[in-house]
Amino acid sequence: MKKASLFVATLLLLLSVALPAAHAVTRVILASTTSTQNTGLFDVLLPAYYNWTTLKDVRIDVVAVGTGKAIETAKRGDADLLLVHDREKEDAFLAGGYGLERRDVMYNDFVVVGPPSDPAKARKAKSASEAFRLVAASGAAFVSRGDESGTHAREKMMWKTAGVDMNTLKNYLSVGQSMEAALRITDEKAAYTLSDRATYRSMKDSLKNLTLLYEGDPALFNQYGTIPVNPAKFPHVHYKEAMDFIEFITGPAGQKVIGDFKDNHGNTLFIPNAKR
Amino acid sequence: MDTIIQGLLKALGLLLSFDRELYSIILLSVEVSGVAVVLAAALGIPLGALCALKRFPGRGVLITLLNTFMGLPPVVAGLVIYLFLSRSGPLGFMGLLYTPSAMVIAQAVIALPIVAALTWSAVASVDPAVRETAVTLGATPVLANWRIVSEARLQVISAVIAGFGRTTAEVGAVLIVGGNIAGYTRVMTTSIAMETGKGSFELAIALGVVLMLLAFAFNLILRLLQGKGGRP
Repeated sequence: MKKASLFVATLLLLLSVALPAAHAVTRVILASTTSTQNTGLFDVLLPAYYNWTTLKDVRIDVVAVGTGKAIETAKRGDADLLLVHDREKEDAFLAGGYGLERRDVMYNDFVVVGPPSDPAKARKAKSASEAFRLVAASGAAFVSRGDESGTHAREKMMWKTAGVDMNTLKNYLSVGQSMEAALRITDEKAAYTLSDRATYRSMKDSLKNLTLLYEGDPALFNQYGTIPVNPAKFPHVHYKEAMDFIEFITGPAGQKVIGDFKDNHGNTLFIPNAKR
Repeated sequence: MDTIIQGLLKALGLLLSFDRELYSIILLSVEVSGVAVVLAAALGIPLGALCALKRFPGRGVLITLLNTFMGLPPVVAGLVIYLFLSRSGPLGFMGLLYTPSAMVIAQAVIALPIVAALTWSAVASVDPAVRETAVTLGATPVLANWRIVSEARLQVISAVIAGFGRTTAEVGAVLIVGGNIAGYTRVMTTSIAMETGKGSFELAIALGVVLMLLAFAFNLILRLLQGKGGRP
């Protein structure tokens, strides 16, 4: 027993020493989306920012969730800034006084992917809404993010413009997971789904049963915007640091990093379009 | 099958390459779960022993509650702690959300009922003759209680092992309150979940193998401790 208590005491001591003490750094919490995190964009963007900034001891902590959850997180005061892609929800966030201003950062587009055999003939669609209509009419399985993410919001909008009530679809699979997980499920089920181009490209090699079937409609334009959380609403937020990061990603240095960022096949994933 | 073999090879490769990111993830996992289980043991062992040794009002309810919370889904624990630690929650002023401390709190909450309930059942099942003998030999009530608890030490250590197993294995709570922030709150289970989602199965399996090796090492150490304690 003596040995055991000695062991526990030593363990306690070791752990209390080893657990990272609170550093003197300012933690800026960036609530963003899985599409920006999992493509690896932040792996190049953050080091470039630390290089660029004149602020000392700032660290950007990225919490990657769907756009809907990112905005909810910021509304509770648990984030300092947003980098998301759902204009409607972003505007509501601003209108609610939670954010101070919104700036465009970059864009890409959504694409419809599905099995190469394409039973719905979505490949032949003349518009995005027609592609959705064809998928619905064919009775083929469709995987929905179902998580209030930016992609999910766009998908719901597309069903609406296609004039299809998705609740009536027999093979509508709402999975409530990230784009990566949704693509994987789509692949296993040889189903259709709507994906942002960046995530689809970064995973393409491992998605054996999927191919890009429809792209190019302006309705599939995917704009990313950034919003600092309003310090008047939440006095604890790091507004100055958040704005510094926003100045970087919307400025020439950050915009160049975004434009130069490529997947391992050399494809550009995001096109910078901040207004100066 | 290929993926699994590739994963095992990759696990070996990663471990031997002393990949810095991997080791920082392993270290954080051990720290978070270690501190959590030490906290849970520090509170749970006395609590469980108290329930077994003393009669007090509400004792039956407390034992039932502890047994119920043994089955608390980590994701529910995570959600409740998230709502408490959020800036809009009662403890928001502490600024603990998305920190390793928040993860320790969540895991300690998950492990506490396990340690306490298993300690209770261990201590309660000690032969009453132990107390009688101790008292006959002139032990004070405190000393007699101590004899009873130390009689059950092997099972109490098992209780701690069970608590540690639960904390290292859970992903739901640490994901919610930690946020899976790279280099800061990313632990093995949240990495595995993320890599699986991304389809990096080899890395996910490799991390899984490392996690199992860690659990094995931890249990081996505690087994040795139990063995050295010997039978009275």
